[in-house]
Amino acid sequence: MTEPTESQTTPDRPEPDDETGFTRRTALKALGATLGAAAFARAMAPLRSWSSEQSMDEFLQQHYKEMSPEEMEQVLRRLEQETLEQYGADVHIEDLPPQEGVQFGYALNLAVCNGCRKCAEACHKENNHDRSTNNSYIRVFEMEQGSLDFEKGTADYDHTVPAAGKYYMPVQCLQCDNPPCVDVCPVEATWKEEDGVVVVDYNWCIGCRYCEAACPYHARRFNWKKPEVPTQEVNPVQAYLANRIRPAGVVEKCHFCLHKTRKGEMPACQQACPTGARVFGNMLDPDSDIRWVLENKRVYVLKEDLGTRPRFFYFFD
Amino acid sequence: MTERSDDVSHFLSYPRFIWRALVESTDGNIYFYVWMTLLTALALVGANAWAHQVADGMGITGMSDHVSWGLYIANFTFLVGVAAGGVMMVIPAYLYDDHEMHDVVIIGEILAIAALIMALLFVIVDLGRPDRFWHLIPGLGQFNFPMSMLAWDVIVLNGYLLLNLHIVGYLLYKRYRSETPDRRWYIPFVFLSIVWAISIHTVTAFLYSGLGGRYFWNTAILAPRFIASAFVTGPAIIIISLQLVRYFTKLPIPKGPIQTLISIIKVTILINLFLLGAELFTEFYTGGSHAKSATYLFFGVGEHTALVPWIWTAIVLNIAAAIMFLHPLAREHFAFLNIACILAFIGLWIEKGMGLIIPGFIPSPLGEIVEYTPTLAEWQITVGIWAFGLMIYTVALKIAVRILTGESNLQRDQKPKKKAVDDSGSA
Ligand code: SF4
Ligand code: SF4
Repeated sequence: MTEPTESQTTPDRPEPDDETGFTRRTALKALGATLGAAAFARAMAPLRSWSSEQSMDEFLQQHYKEMSPEEMEQVLRRLEQETLEQYGADVHIEDLPPQEGVQFGYALNLAVCNGCRKCAEACHKENNHDRSTNNSYIRVFEMEQGSLDFEKGTADYDHTVPAAGKYYMPVQCLQCDNPPCVDVCPVEATWKEEDGVVVVDYNWCIGCRYCEAACPYHARRFNWKKPEVPTQEVNPVQAYLANRIRPAGVVEKCHFCLHKTRKGEMPACQQACPTGARVFGNMLDPDSDIRWVLENKRVYVLKEDLGTRPRFFYFFD
Repeated sequence: MTERSDDVSHFLSYPRFIWRALVESTDGNIYFYVWMTLLTALALVGANAWAHQVADGMGITGMSDHVSWGLYIANFTFLVGVAAGGVMMVIPAYLYDDHEMHDVVIIGEILAIAALIMALLFVIVDLGRPDRFWHLIPGLGQFNFPMSMLAWDVIVLNGYLLLNLHIVGYLLYKRYRSETPDRRWYIPFVFLSIVWAISIHTVTAFLYSGLGGRYFWNTAILAPRFIASAFVTGPAIIIISLQLVRYFTKLPIPKGPIQTLISIIKVTILINLFLLGAELFTEFYTGGSHAKSATYLFFGVGEHTALVPWIWTAIVLNIAAAIMFLHPLAREHFAFLNIACILAFIGLWIEKGMGLIIPGFIPSPLGEIVEYTPTLAEWQITVGIWAFGLMIYTVALKIAVRILTGESNLQRDQKPKKKAVDDSGSA
């Protein structure tokens, strides 16, 4: 308070001895501050268009598990509205809870998989993935006969399949029962559901990508930009924790097509597989195919030594 | 509320203290203005790049799903080390009651504050959704504590920031009032901050070493390695800062503290090299897929060699710095000492930054090699944050030094205009 501010340079306030120095300096400082503020506003200008797309409701939205059914209802309608505005597509988004008495499991027959990547393609379409990056939750590795080492394999093969001396290994989220990705998330934006599916609340994730670093199977994907999906290609059958179009800046992953499987259907990758390599179902159902495979085939899981306890099994006939 | 030493109420003297700090941070000679203008310009370029990153998505960075952390997290990791190293000076000062160190300690704590603010900014610019930052606030958001190491980090880093703000603020305020600080109000916090300094870098190491799928990080000596290098970089920066303070201000800097810091670095720089060696022995002697990242880092894999020049630069700088610190010239010749400090700083910035974070992702857990090179936007944001941090550091140092030398002082601030005091009292 002892330093003269601009308001103190009014006549009723006596100036200190070195007044001229002070006033000049104060004026310069004020000028500097104004210029600085203007420059800062300019620097931050790109944020303006971005923030106009973010709604207050979105900003204040609570965690998935904290929302009442009514709040959830509002959120779903808002998300549908946003999809209509931003993608021109009329979609229906549901909140599907896990079903009682269901534990999903998946098994893949490496002896018959021929590396056609139909599963990856089906996932791409079913889950409204970004068209420009050709994203998919599934990556198919072409592996060298006689080795389980991924370093000897490649996901970037580009020739007719199956190639001699190779076998094929699709990898997606294994829905681990002891998932390191869930442990590390600082905000509980990802968790394991009752039926075994590990899900992400795309409206709660802060995009720190810690889970991506923690997953030992490269199963998670980050939305490096806003996904591009042409209006006519948007899959309108959507669920909140599943295939609704993800916002930019959040993490996503395979959810066993819960928008289908929780309604008794098969996941898109299973339906698309031409060789019958994929066996999906409820492990608690004694008559299910998955149960039969687990009981009768010699199955194994990836990197069992890490203790992640996957629910996705591989076997050779 | 009134104190014995002079009868000004805190309600009056505290606002005056803050005002004095504001004045000091905007007043200075031509060097000060040029320096601050330069930093402001750089910080603005960074702010602009960040605004673009938020608006257009993080696709404008060089990161990918394979290398999902890059330059930001590398700098974050390094700066947590600097923050921890900032209190290095506190240990001899208080544990051994080295009185010469007491004033100088404040400089270390100011460094810690600036480094922490930078570290936190690096986390924020790394977030895909900075607008959801509040999800991380305990009570408001959904805090995954104690499971997530990142949740721990949020707590320890912010706690450490508050702790240091309190200590520095309290000591300077007391000095400003020409009073002896009350030991009860800072000694317990000082000891807490020593322990806390170790904890911030330990928790940050656990962030990485706890991930079973990343062999390169999944090692128990990661935390000790972090601490060892923190106790090189922190003191190295302080040595340089002390000389700048000596050159630009009237604060007398005794030789003692610098010598103490050299003695500390002499030991810690060797421990750091030893731990690195121990790590590399385990990696390369064992071999196999666990050594793939280290192989990539040091020798490259096939045509993928992006990090090789980085790490060898770091190794050469670290060894050169170690030799220089051990040389008797370091104690006598300040230019020689400063070069050693700068070499150690750059060497460790690479080794505990890019050289530690990036290879953790290469090869990916599924054996794929996707390389990473930071983009222009990432460099702009990084430089911007460093510039902003240096602004804070400069301003805080300036305020502190002027108070420590008695140039900024309550009595001085009141005397020439006794009337102004009464005015502000009635306001
Ligand atoms: S595969 Fe990866 S993403 Fe899926 S549950 Fe396991 S750790 Fe999580
Ligand atoms: S990226 Fe999202 S889901 Fe993953 S750890 Fe961070 S906040 Fe959690």
